[in-house]
Amino acid sequence: MISFLMHESQDNVGVAVVDIKAGQLVQGRSLHGRASPRLRSLSEIPLGHKIALRAFKPGDTVIKYGVDIGKIVAPIKRGEHVHVHNLKTKRW
Amino acid sequence: MKNSTFLGYRRKNKRVGTRNHVVILPVDDISNAACEAVANIVKGTLALPHAYGRLQFGEDLELFFRTMIGTGSNPNVAAVVVIGIEPGWTKRIVDGIAKTGKPVTGFSIERFGDLQTIASAARVAKEYVQWASELGRVECPLNELYVSVKCGESDTTTGLGSCPTVGNVIDRIVAAGATASFGETSELTGGEDIVRAKAATPKVAEEFMAVWQAYTDMIMKEKTDDLSESQPTKGNIRGGLSTIEEKAMGNIEKLGRRTKFVGCLKPAEAPNKKGLWFMDTSSAAAEAVTLWAASGAVVHLFPTGQGNIIGNPIEPVIKLSANPITCRTMSEHIDLDVSAILMGKMSIEKAGEKLLALTLRTASGRLTAAEALGHREFVMTKLYRSA
Repeated sequence: MISFLMHESQDNVGVAVVDIKAGQLVQGRSLHGRASPRLRSLSEIPLGHKIALRAFKPGDTVIKYGVDIGKIVAPIKRGEHVHVHNLKTKRW
Repeated sequence: MKNSTFLGYRRKNKRVGTRNHVVILPVDDISNAACEAVANIVKGTLALPHAYGRLQFGEDLELFFRTMIGTGSNPNVAAVVVIGIEPGWTKRIVDGIAKTGKPVTGFSIERFGDLQTIASAARVAKEYVQWASELGRVECPLNELYVSVKCGESDTTTGLGSCPTVGNVIDRIVAAGATASFGETSELTGGEDIVRAKAATPKVAEEFMAVWQAYTDMIMKEKTDDLSESQPTKGNIRGGLSTIEEKAMGNIEKLGRRTKFVGCLKPAEAPNKKGLWFMDTSSAAAEAVTLWAASGAVVHLFPTGQGNIIGNPIEPVIKLSANPITCRTMSEHIDLDVSAILMGKMSIEKAGEKLLALTLRTASGRLTAAEALGHREFVMTKLYRSA
């Protein structure tokens, strides 16, 4: 079963299309149909929220839709929830 | 009826409407009561109360008149009764609407009072509504539609499903020769370069960037914090959107894959040729749809994630969502459920086909969820404080 989607294959976050529980082994695919490797979720990730597909350190850039959507402000492990507590705009 | 025609009302100026309203239009806030009284007396008329029309000046006043005259001129409106406190600005609005050739009469309250004004206006409104009731729909080609698009209470599902569905419809109808418009100037932030690249000519690209920069400069000048909670909104954040860039990328999906935009419109300005247009609008749903209705748009496509419930009194607003929670918990507000896209069970192409079919049915008279539920949000954009 697909648990998350990526807009482009270079995206480093996925969007949960179901509620993902912590500790679940999950798989996603890109909108172009390419499957992602399986990974273990480390947080609860509600439908529509983002899962980290790699580890991030502060200052790293998050890529979604194949473009820069902001910067990481707190360390994130692969499989953790990515949202306003660890991702900020570079704009304001 | 094929998938390329709809049944519309052809007006005297050849423009085609999807509705047949008789509007009772207040010039100013203090004339709302008389307008609402007339609409209560004469069944089938529609009062459009609003908060402005006094002591405005400069560009803000021009926008006010453009919105008032444009609303009355919209082809979804068959006839208009205008009521204002004094005759000067009332006449300016009546004369503007009269250029369409549709029936319009103005009344002013000073030297008559509310009661005599209501009696006189109601007599005219009654004649208009009976006359309008005999107008019939005729088969019209798709290229006579003017469709506006804007999303609201967006989340990550809008970027995955409902906005690309609208984009698919934009590609189809603009290729067929229709007119369309997108806006939400502030919510293109983070994707402005992508929008710029969709301009039909370098001149249009330059105009777009100037408008976007001016809006951005205003936000940067007035802002008191980092805009989190407003951009993205609390609802956006609840739905999983983290940054304005992420929100903008979802928003831009509505512009389609192939379509280029042919020009930039001021708020409430009518397009002067067919094709896709950018309009400089607020990103607040009711304000923006009111501006498009005033520019002559006759159907609005509104993707929502978390469930914005907006409607407009004269322009039907079709809502679609790809969020399965919203489609389940707020089904009465959703005209088209495209949540199967998220599960990989519906293609964007198929969703676009369904939305186009629903758009044509709505244009032909099917009521939207917002119309059935009485959502008539008429909200004018005010640029600055009064004189």
